[in-house]
Amino acid sequence: MATYWFQKTHEYIAEIDGEYRVGISEFAAQELGDITFVELPEVGATFTRGDSFGTVESVKAVSDVYAPADLEVTAVNEELADEPEKVNADPQGDGWFIKAKLSDASQLDDLMSKADYDAMNKEAG
Amino acid sequence: MARLIFDKSRPGSRRYDVADFTGLEPESPFVPDDIRRAEPLPLPEVAEVDVVRHYVKLSQENFGVDVGFYPLGSCTMKYNPKANEEIASLPAWAQLHPEQPVETAQGALALMHELQESLAEISGMHAVSLQPAAGAHGELTGMLMFRACFNDAGEERKVMIVPDSSHGTNPASAAIAGFKVAHLKSDERGMVSAKALKALCEKHGEENIGGIMMTNPNTLGVFEQEVKEVAEYLHEIGALLYYDGANLNASLGYVRPGDMGFDLVHFNLHKTFSTPHGGGGPGSGPVGVREKLMPYLPHPLVTRAEGGFAFYRPEKSIGRMKLYFGNFLVLVKAMVYLRALGVEGLKRVAENAVLNANYIQERLKDAYDIPFYQRCMHEFVLSATRQKKLGVRALDIAKKLLNDGFHAPTIYFPLIVSEAMMIEPTETESRQTLDAFCDAMLRYAREIEEDAEKFKELPNLRIQHLDEVAAARNPVVRWAPEKL
Repeated sequence: MATYWFQKTHEYIAEIDGEYRVGISEFAAQELGDITFVELPEVGATFTRGDSFGTVESVKAVSDVYAPADLEVTAVNEELADEPEKVNADPQGDGWFIKAKLSDASQLDDLMSKADYDAMNKEAG
Repeated sequence: MARLIFDKSRPGSRRYDVADFTGLEPESPFVPDDIRRAEPLPLPEVAEVDVVRHYVKLSQENFGVDVGFYPLGSCTMKYNPKANEEIASLPAWAQLHPEQPVETAQGALALMHELQESLAEISGMHAVSLQPAAGAHGELTGMLMFRACFNDAGEERKVMIVPDSSHGTNPASAAIAGFKVAHLKSDERGMVSAKALKALCEKHGEENIGGIMMTNPNTLGVFEQEVKEVAEYLHEIGALLYYDGANLNASLGYVRPGDMGFDLVHFNLHKTFSTPHGGGGPGSGPVGVREKLMPYLPHPLVTRAEGGFAFYRPEKSIGRMKLYFGNFLVLVKAMVYLRALGVEGLKRVAENAVLNANYIQERLKDAYDIPFYQRCMHEFVLSATRQKKLGVRALDIAKKLLNDGFHAPTIYFPLIVSEAMMIEPTETESRQTLDAFCDAMLRYAREIEEDAEKFKELPNLRIQHLDEVAAARNPVVRWAPEKL
């Protein structure tokens, strides 16, 4: 069972089998277009909510990706180095960026549910 | 596809061989044996006439402002008058040696001095350094000077504010100079609002704010109406204002960054002052400052001295940003342009740049969406969102323009407009050229509605399927011989 939270800058954090994963939303992947490169942090790095923890590059633009909560990186998706297209194919699944440990899971309460996030994009769209 | 010169090599066909040292003195005592090359370099062997044809053909594949319309937003691809080139290539300039005694190069110093003074007057600054070699280099120079100024005052001031409508290189320059970048969101007019700025500064702590990097008009081609309030507030809290001169073309002779409250400006001589760029460079990005920052300017600066001109180094100079005197011949070209136009001519540059952009915007405004529609300055941003719903992206429209002999506008920038196409015609284009471009864009809008798939065919391009994704994922940027 997976639960997804989203933030305004289009990253999601998902709890899947007791593990947290962070990536960019389907909406973001679609807006960015074909992704050509993903730069990810080292395992063990820590970030405060709102810090940029990596960058994602498409033929259109290079964008920062921001930590949705205070976190420590426990794994990075090494496959994205050779196959950045995974982010386009399945951003909220196989195209995850990092796995993380949260220091304060209550920060997730400040994020948006999928319904609220979809509504935000629809309004802006 | 043109083949590489290496592919055309036929052993024995070359006439001259600069790499062949047969019969020459190979025994220099200063070259150790282990780094001596045993065989000549594997340079291509091609007859002179074929070398000439090869490179002339390549040059014909180029697109430049001498070939056609080049509305690349934010880049100011204006025509570069040939008089600039002619005068800069005179031996009196071109054969100067950077190490020759300054007494023998007084003409060059006089030119640099006049350019320094002219740029200071145009921008409302007190002093100008001609050192930086490009726009982003000027940005970095400016950020290092801000840093030096804060260090001097014993202040840390870590945060540099960069609006989302400013130039793409700004955050990078600030970060390299050690600032933490804070992004400021534009308001619904596409502008910086003093209120939002104040909130952002308070969030980071006013005492931590180093300053702001702004482009005015910004990348939407919109004049920042609250710039005065922004300047007053930032000065009040001890921060500094950086003016990115990329869009100076729009305001020449009408508004001066110094009068708007900016402390530091960089100029792009290769944009505003008609020196070549876009592969034809090199560029030049002088910086101008208000009095407070004068001690930190990179050296050498030119000053009047007894009997002529001399170089000097300001007392707390951040040092050199480039060897010798900046890109000197570019300075000559810019000076020729300034002299040729004069004050009235420069004002007409701004007037026509703004008029041309507004003309195109008015002609295209019904066929395309213009999210921040208002009277624009020298450029404007349209959005192909309506076309995207039919299956044609801004990228496809850009390719179609290439197909039809135009350079494409800047696309997908600024990021605050989706499917953005940023159009800057510049002042040097005729009404006929602008109309030809508008006619094409209007025709595209109709064709996309009729048959989006057919629109994407590019019959005139020799490369049918420009695959920018494959090119970015698997770039082949260098040819290497099988054996070296």
